[in-house]
Amino acid sequence: MANNHAHARTHAPAPLGGSLLTPFTLLLGVLSAIAGFILVYRFFYGLGAVTNLNDGYPWGIWIAYDVVVGSAFACGGYVMALLVYIFNKGQYHPLVRPALLASLFGYTLAGVSVIFDLGRWWNFWHIFWPGYAQVNSVMFEVAVCISAYIVVMWIEFSPAFLEKLGMKDVKRKLNKLLFFFIALGVLLPSMHQSSLGSLLVIFGQQIHPLWQSGALLPLIYLMTAILLGFAVVILEATLSSTGFGRPLETKVLTPLSKIMLGLLAAYLALRILDLLWRGALGTAFAFTLEAGMFWIEMAAFVVPLALLAPASARRSASKLFAAAVMLLAGGMLLRINGFLVGYQTGDGWHYFPSFAELMVTVGIIAFEILAYIVIVRKFPVLPAAQPATR
Amino acid sequence: MDRRYFFKASLAGGAALATGAASCPAQARGNKDLPPEALGLLFDSTLCVGCKACVAACKEANDMPPEFSTQEQYWDTPLDLSGKTLNVIKAYRHGSVEQKDRAENGYAFIKKSCMHCVDPSCVSACPVSAMQKDPKTGVVTYDKEACIGCRYCVAACPFGVPRFTYDKALPQISKCQLCVHRHKDGKYAACAEVCPTGATLYGTVADIQKEIARRKTLEPGKQAMFPRGKLGGPDQSYPNVVGTYLDHTYGEKEFGGTQMLMLTGVPFEKLGYPDLPPRSDAALSETLQHTLYGGLIAPIAVLGALTFIAKRNVKPEDEEGEPHGK
Repeated sequence: MANNHAHARTHAPAPLGGSLLTPFTLLLGVLSAIAGFILVYRFFYGLGAVTNLNDGYPWGIWIAYDVVVGSAFACGGYVMALLVYIFNKGQYHPLVRPALLASLFGYTLAGVSVIFDLGRWWNFWHIFWPGYAQVNSVMFEVAVCISAYIVVMWIEFSPAFLEKLGMKDVKRKLNKLLFFFIALGVLLPSMHQSSLGSLLVIFGQQIHPLWQSGALLPLIYLMTAILLGFAVVILEATLSSTGFGRPLETKVLTPLSKIMLGLLAAYLALRILDLLWRGALGTAFAFTLEAGMFWIEMAAFVVPLALLAPASARRSASKLFAAAVMLLAGGMLLRINGFLVGYQTGDGWHYFPSFAELMVTVGIIAFEILAYIVIVRKFPVLPAAQPATR
Repeated sequence: MDRRYFFKASLAGGAALATGAASCPAQARGNKDLPPEALGLLFDSTLCVGCKACVAACKEANDMPPEFSTQEQYWDTPLDLSGKTLNVIKAYRHGSVEQKDRAENGYAFIKKSCMHCVDPSCVSACPVSAMQKDPKTGVVTYDKEACIGCRYCVAACPFGVPRFTYDKALPQISKCQLCVHRHKDGKYAACAEVCPTGATLYGTVADIQKEIARRKTLEPGKQAMFPRGKLGGPDQSYPNVVGTYLDHTYGEKEFGGTQMLMLTGVPFEKLGYPDLPPRSDAALSETLQHTLYGGLIAPIAVLGALTFIAKRNVKPEDEEGEPHGK
């Protein structure tokens, strides 16, 4: 879909080329393989054989990180589509395709990693089957909506593959309908990213008051998902510029960060007002793990706000990068705190991920980066460094 | 221009619909109501002697494996509910452990098994209808053939009732189903059937509520008759000393009510039962979902608006990858 935007003439995407086998890609491959072995073991011997899950913490990092954080980190494509095609900000067009690719992998892997965590995974299709599907369940909404979005993203991204495969006819037909898939691709993440927060509503007072925002949870999760989308685009643009030795895209990122800053201020206002309104802020001053984690989380949102407030700071690639990294940490902590640190179902339950559990998460991230590298080297994703000429 | 006007109008309409759906109070739902023929249990802690016959009977009736917590693995010694244990009796001990059913320097026994909530979180959470509440009896059942093993029910239940078999390659959820599989033989919950003192009683919630009201009128320390087994079944009542009850009947109001109701002499927080609000979490969760997604009105309206805007902003070009200078 890259060039069908009116403003997107100068930076046509092109394959990067270059070698696929480097020490870095080799490391990524090894980490992916280790995760693969652990998962094989898990399917033969059960979740308990590799994870530290228990009935007090039935969800661990495979849900809280791989799915809840993982999908939020994959919101770059969603946010760029929202900005470029809904708010008609054509200048960000070159960022769309790489962001969409990262989202495609992030979401596909988040979706696949759900299977690793499902105890009775062979029944997973029940979620989509009338008679089994239970529409009052927040989990139902999340599962259906994420699955639909993964399909929509593959369709949105398919022009890049069709280009390579030389299927111009299919591509032309698809291009005529693309606007509808783009609209779906904005609607669906808005729905499930908010619902990922709604998952916590039914946990009631099992969630610490610092994170049990009740009916505001969907808005809090949606706003931070969009923030993370911005942050991840800045991160990817910076990393792929330095990693592939390409010019920095700071010119595009500077105005982008201004929008991000406004949203960040709005989010912090909402978060603090909610805590005050529910009278929960007092618990942040107790000497507890929860309170400590809360302040780290808040710092990760407040520091980028202060850092990027001066206009000159937003023109600095390193400050943009630092702010993006901190925001990613903040969004991750909000989710980890909500789902794990702030979850307490009764006395005597403890959870910290096992080494094997951590290695699976690391392996999934490694596989994601590896696949991204392979695709941008082989397919037209990143904007060509020099404008193509006829 | 006409077309433009039409789109603008439909956009405005969509926005109006979305706002309407988001603020429609008709979508809100309160706690669910007690089913007409609700079945349940009455657990009277003052009658329980801690013999754990109910724990053994439950294992046998539900074909559950033993669980060991002692060095010598001679007999079943579960300490808590688990993938292998659907019902357990726990002891409360304080200080010198002198007197039964007293919080200070006393002790008490408490039953842990499914509360069969009137508005259960597990049923609302389950994405595949594996957890169901019988519309007539209100018994909360589990169907492993439907279950995907996501454990949202385990995480959602405020009582920590549904458990999961993490050690199995083909795992499942374990929870008390009030022995519904024994109903067809005219039998009922095994825990109540074997209880020698009537501390656990089976019956309709209506009968249980009457029995609770009767017990609260009895004079502590005096002799009275106590039924055993099943309320409304064959008379197995026997005389016993009336205990000292707290006013609080657990499960009457908690979380929208439960079909297992409990009487004790020791406050419930000390016995491991959470202090829960009268509103069920399922009610808020479903109100939220129905407000946002009821009849798919809001999503379709928003999709309409987004499609319109995207159609305007996304311009299909003749050829990709061959940029035209403009």
